[in-house]
Amino acid sequence: MSTRATAVGERTGRARSGRMVRFVLLFALAVLFMLPMYVLLVTGFKPFDEATAARAWLPPQTWSVEGWAAAWQALAPGLRNSVMVAVPSAVLSAVLGSMNGYVMARWRFPGADTVFTLFLFGMFIPYQAVMIPLQQMLVGANLMGGLFPLILAHTVYGIPICTLIFRNYYASIPPALVEAARVDGAGMLRTYASVVLPVSAPAFAVTLIWQFTSAWNDFLFAVFLTGPNSWPVTVQLNNVAGSMVVPYNQQMAAAVLASLPTLVVYLVLGRFFMRGLMAGALKG
Amino acid sequence: MSVSEKRAGGAVGSGPGRVPAQMSPWRRALVRSRSWLPGLLLVSPSILLIGVFVYGMIGWNTRLALSDRHRPVQEGEFVGLTNFVSLWQEARWPAAVGNAVVFTVVFVGGALLLGWFLGLLLDKGIRGEAVFRTLFLAPMAVSFIATGVVWRWLMNPAPAERATGLNALFVHLNLDFLVNDWWTAPDLGMAAMALPAIWQLAGYVMALFLAGFRGVPEELREAARVDGCSEWGVYRHVVMPQLRPVLLSSVIILGHMSLKVFDLIIAIAGQQIVADVPAVYMWAMVFEVRDPAKGATIASYLLIAVALFVVPYLVWSVRKERSEGR
Repeated sequence: MSTRATAVGERTGRARSGRMVRFVLLFALAVLFMLPMYVLLVTGFKPFDEATAARAWLPPQTWSVEGWAAAWQALAPGLRNSVMVAVPSAVLSAVLGSMNGYVMARWRFPGADTVFTLFLFGMFIPYQAVMIPLQQMLVGANLMGGLFPLILAHTVYGIPICTLIFRNYYASIPPALVEAARVDGAGMLRTYASVVLPVSAPAFAVTLIWQFTSAWNDFLFAVFLTGPNSWPVTVQLNNVAGSMVVPYNQQMAAAVLASLPTLVVYLVLGRFFMRGLMAGALKG
Repeated sequence: MSVSEKRAGGAVGSGPGRVPAQMSPWRRALVRSRSWLPGLLLVSPSILLIGVFVYGMIGWNTRLALSDRHRPVQEGEFVGLTNFVSLWQEARWPAAVGNAVVFTVVFVGGALLLGWFLGLLLDKGIRGEAVFRTLFLAPMAVSFIATGVVWRWLMNPAPAERATGLNALFVHLNLDFLVNDWWTAPDLGMAAMALPAIWQLAGYVMALFLAGFRGVPEELREAARVDGCSEWGVYRHVVMPQLRPVLLSSVIILGHMSLKVFDLIIAIAGQQIVADVPAVYMWAMVFEVRDPAKGATIASYLLIAVALFVVPYLVWSVRKERSEGR
């Protein structure tokens, strides 16, 4: 009896020290992970003459918003362009994905599995493999210049993942619900509108967030498909940072500004962001 | 953790498509099609878009890669695999491929190891778990360009006396032996280049593994403990073997990102040749050299590299889903 108690005591004691060790390790790693964030904020708030090598890791002596003001000046048009691209393409591919997911989960046609697999492959392709023809086609159709090419690209290449997310989501709603509507004689669209859409909010949240984030963070399509007037924020940020004359305080402030929208979405709606991540992993 | 969590409802042949026996075959087909034709129609806009913009464009790109259209204005003639072969005869291409390979190995290995370790530390619950998770995953929400801006500063290769970034920190902490050239080092520069990518994606791997760990039923772990397994033994013999699918998905996701890495390289190194990779080379072909055929050839190689391990993975997943009868 007493030996048993000692064993249990030993075990909980070991568990406690184990937890302590894990906490310390996690804390140390968290500090390492936060180093870039520290640099971004601290450097961003330095006045120009303090953003030097000698004071690289020290907090600002005088806090200044000079870097932020300059960064805002440089990025404002890009931020606007990014909003104008990311919002419509997120909405469009979510709507298409919802329709596709519904059909592939609940209103299947012969060959639906094959079509679905072909869609999924579209999610993995390196976009370089479509970029030159896409560019040539848009030039040929005289569509280059504005934001349209970018909206088109993000919408179309967002369809696969949105379809995947909605298909998995709809497969989890009870078939009886859909069947009941069918037996009542409701057609496909009626069933979709009255039974399926009303319960789709979580899947819409996941796809909208996912698509908004990837469109916002995209750089590849942007450099191939947009010009100076329609550059989104990633391209402008890269221009700011790539030029040797822009001081560090301004570069760092610009990097934070350009990341703020997606970071805020992540912090506020992290739960949905996570689900999008998981779906992205689990394709096939 | 598979394409569909549940088997999609088998709509074909049920519902309104039920067919009386004595109909003519044509009429029967027509009636039956009513059960699936609307579905096909609803998906058809997407089928068209994917067909044109994914498969059509890939076909067009392939044709371009097989032609001698080396200037935008000229029409190309079919030249077979000439471009695919000649790429290997120059100096730049094999170097770019080598860089991408080093980057991929370090990045995928590093992110897996760190992500797995973070998942392991968090698995059994700890005070502030939600905060840690949020923190490790946060870099995922940021663009590679923004990551590149701050890491270029961190990995500034300037010598110790005017060092910034990590080199300055090392000098400051009297760890001078750690001061190094980072991504500008000719041999292992690409290993340093993988650090920001690891920073950005380790949290993702952590989330995948954490979900995997937690999916292993507690009874299984308890049973192993009763059999005298140590806590570590439980992980080694019970939990880890269940996580092979998670490992596989992680490798696929990270690997396909890595082979086509572009933004991060541009943001940190621009087009400096020491950090050249196929995607940057292709970009230069399109915008500077203006050689569509060569650009398309590089793009084709990227596609082949990615397809080589994504296609078997997709086929494997779809088969698994079927065999599980879901």
